[in-house]
Amino acid sequence: MRSLSCDVAVIGSGPAGLAAAYGARERGAEKVLVVERGGELGGILPQCIHNGFGLEIFKEDLTGPEYATRWMRRACDADVEFLTETMVLEIGESRTLVATNERQGLMCIRAEALVLTMGCRERPRGALAIPGSRPAGIYTAGTAQRLINIEGYMPGERFVILGSGDIGMIMARHLVLEGAHVAGMFEILPHVSGLRRNLVQCILDFDIPLHLSATVTEVRGRQRVESLMVSEVDGEGCPLPETEREVPCDTLLLSVGLIPENELSRQAGIPIDPVTGGPYVDEDNATRVPGIYAAGNVVHVYDLVDQVTRSALRAGRRAADHVRRGPEPAGRRIAVEAGENVRHVVPQHVHPQALEQHPFTLEFRVRAPLECAVYARVHADGETLVSRRLRYARPSEMIAVTLKPDLASRIAEAETLKVACAHA
Amino acid sequence: MADKTYDIIIIGAGVVGSLIARTLSRYRLHVLLLDKASDVGEGATKANTGIVHGGYNAEPGSLKAQLNARGNPMFDKLCVQLDVPFERCGTYVVGVTPQDRHTLRDLYRRGKENDVPDLHLIDGPEMRRREPAINEDTVGALYSGTGGIVDPFELCIAAAENAVMNGVEVALETEVLDFVQDDEVVRGVVTNRGTYRSRWTIISAGLWADELMHRAGLNSFEIKPRKGEYFVLDRVASEQVHNVLFPCPTPVSKGILVTRTVHDNVILGPNADVIEDKEDLRTTASGLAEVMEGARKLVPDLDQEQAIRTFAGLRAGGNRGDFVIEIPEEVSGLVILAGIESPGLTSSPAIAEYVTHLLRESGLPLVDRPDYDPIRQDIPRFADLSREEQQSLIEQDPRYGRVICRCETVTEGEVVAACHRPIPARTYDAVKRRTRVGTGRCQGAFDTPLVIEIMARELGVSPLEITKQGPGSRFLQRGTKEVPS
Repeated sequence: MRSLSCDVAVIGSGPAGLAAAYGARERGAEKVLVVERGGELGGILPQCIHNGFGLEIFKEDLTGPEYATRWMRRACDADVEFLTETMVLEIGESRTLVATNERQGLMCIRAEALVLTMGCRERPRGALAIPGSRPAGIYTAGTAQRLINIEGYMPGERFVILGSGDIGMIMARHLVLEGAHVAGMFEILPHVSGLRRNLVQCILDFDIPLHLSATVTEVRGRQRVESLMVSEVDGEGCPLPETEREVPCDTLLLSVGLIPENELSRQAGIPIDPVTGGPYVDEDNATRVPGIYAAGNVVHVYDLVDQVTRSALRAGRRAADHVRRGPEPAGRRIAVEAGENVRHVVPQHVHPQALEQHPFTLEFRVRAPLECAVYARVHADGETLVSRRLRYARPSEMIAVTLKPDLASRIAEAETLKVACAHA
Repeated sequence: MADKTYDIIIIGAGVVGSLIARTLSRYRLHVLLLDKASDVGEGATKANTGIVHGGYNAEPGSLKAQLNARGNPMFDKLCVQLDVPFERCGTYVVGVTPQDRHTLRDLYRRGKENDVPDLHLIDGPEMRRREPAINEDTVGALYSGTGGIVDPFELCIAAAENAVMNGVEVALETEVLDFVQDDEVVRGVVTNRGTYRSRWTIISAGLWADELMHRAGLNSFEIKPRKGEYFVLDRVASEQVHNVLFPCPTPVSKGILVTRTVHDNVILGPNADVIEDKEDLRTTASGLAEVMEGARKLVPDLDQEQAIRTFAGLRAGGNRGDFVIEIPEEVSGLVILAGIESPGLTSSPAIAEYVTHLLRESGLPLVDRPDYDPIRQDIPRFADLSREEQQSLIEQDPRYGRVICRCETVTEGEVVAACHRPIPARTYDAVKRRTRVGTGRCQGAFDTPLVIEIMARELGVSPLEITKQGPGSRFLQRGTKEVPS
């Protein structure tokens, strides 16, 4: 087996991988190697031909391929090395990867530090157990996006979209632009699960029928989808039989959630948070395995690519520090907990003394939408450290609160931090 | 081909028809195996729990009991010859109520009457020790050491491929519309692709056995389809479920199982719902809820969030309560197999042997072919190989170095191989059953565009022609710059 070694290995070349690699080089790691399973760099971005990328980082409205290209250039200019069409099969002992490709066969990659940037995958139909037949014509929104934007084929003519995630909303608009008919979008929750801006620009502006508190109750058609049965649902999400009706269509797209892609992490024994589906990380995106960092959607699913990039820059820099300075003295670790109306918080734990060096960003999502003024608060053992007023809080929009170094003395002795988000 | 007279035509390439074809392929016979679907094993075979039963369940003295007992021990050699995953891991019937103790004892006695070896009654604590996630109320279990698990469609594909290697012809998408019949003698079949003549015709058509029998003038038999619905759970569930767990049976069914598969998934099901429509493979909200509830009687902590797929299959149960395998007196040139429901898979190799015996008794000369080769090798399974074996495979064919299904670690080499097997995969589902592509937790979201591209290249057709499961199931409708039709 061929053997390679590097300072920092990065798994995946999506926005997180590119930024992590760039961050590691920028901070002085000598040899940084990105392993990408696809034929080109950028992960999912090359198929995201719509705009809306880079508003925070570049203050510009870029498409996915443009945003990816900017980071590819940065990474290439920084002499990051890439292995494309190469699949990592295993994360072994001491950060040794086993990977394979057609050109070189199996290879073993030894890294001083590792950054996990595998991104996320879409929830499939089976996870929802939608009753009915199992014909052709059922795709996740992202698969349809790839077929249309990369392969150049339309997977159907008359679509229904189940779920209201961002990719589903983007695809609804795109299908209309490609000459297809979108019969409707059905969301089991009483609110859309993607961003407000996508709701406005993709659904409302394009007159796509949006049905909230409604779901698909049966798939019909033996060989190809012929129609769907849809129903309104009650407050518990249970279909109301008297509202059931048939919607003729030939294709069902699913936009029902994203799941961090952590098969490699699990198999490597990296502890995973059951709520986020991603590794437990600290303020520097370090997992609980020394020398292994994680960033972007593999940790928890972000709303915006700019946020992914930021988390990955941080992880890449810390990975470089790990290579240059060796493992940091661990120090005391305290838990960051989800309090009132908070579903989860990342990082799940922090090192209080590290706040003396640099600020911490706590990222979280609320459980229930609050369409009124709210306070996002961080408490240390019950004492309020930060209180930030927001105009609203929605599960679809991640909230970030920063702890500045001037708070270091107030958490130095704390047992836990707790994040809450409630009415003002 | 239409003018050729075969010695034997087998209607239906499920696991039974395919094993009959393979068994007959050792003799100097011209055999044609027909199926109306686009692949072998598309009927009851593909929607099967995959259990090789010990044989304690069948009515003593029945053909089911006899062929189960004979079929079970044949699996070790068969699955080695055909390179099919099979584990003789033992099976459990688990009792969770005080009354179940009686049922377990009755089953044990019935098993003894059927001469089933390696049967043991164990107590509740012992069962909990062997399967810690089992219901706390477990009162005891019947362990059947000769029970096991097999991949039913791989067995079917392997048997059909081995038959083809030994000279059997296979015609797919070929539906029998009628028989060529002179008075009471069947002399062949009329299909959508022409007429095929034969000396013997074997009906192993599962759900459609009765309709074909009626066409041949045999009117007494009726199939009563019973639908069974299933959940497939992610591999992580196999950390919780290590065994084959049956509940105590009811008069209509062996009940809703919780079992590990040979691929380390967990499957739950089936329920049993008598229906009319033989093509109704729909899952239902109520049926799936019944399956989950039933499964949780055995393993209460099962997590529905781990479900990656649901499916339904139809059991081809008949109105006689037993397998019907005979050469009817009223019509000659015909062998009928009907009512092959559970334990049909377990019995399948013995059924093939039994049918061969019936033909021999009826005067069909069975002369050994000197070049008969019972060994069939599977497509190399990259994921199951050692690192050294993987490396040497990639050196032979670099396409084995390109992983195209991340969940199941299936390579391009395997997909290419599936397109060029003795029975070439012509649909996505056929590739899936041969390689496991798309059977993991993302259910094809990642691999589908790649597999379409590879299949189009290998089969020399446009990607627009690639189907999921045969005519009418294309994935792609048009190029993006073409005008909608």
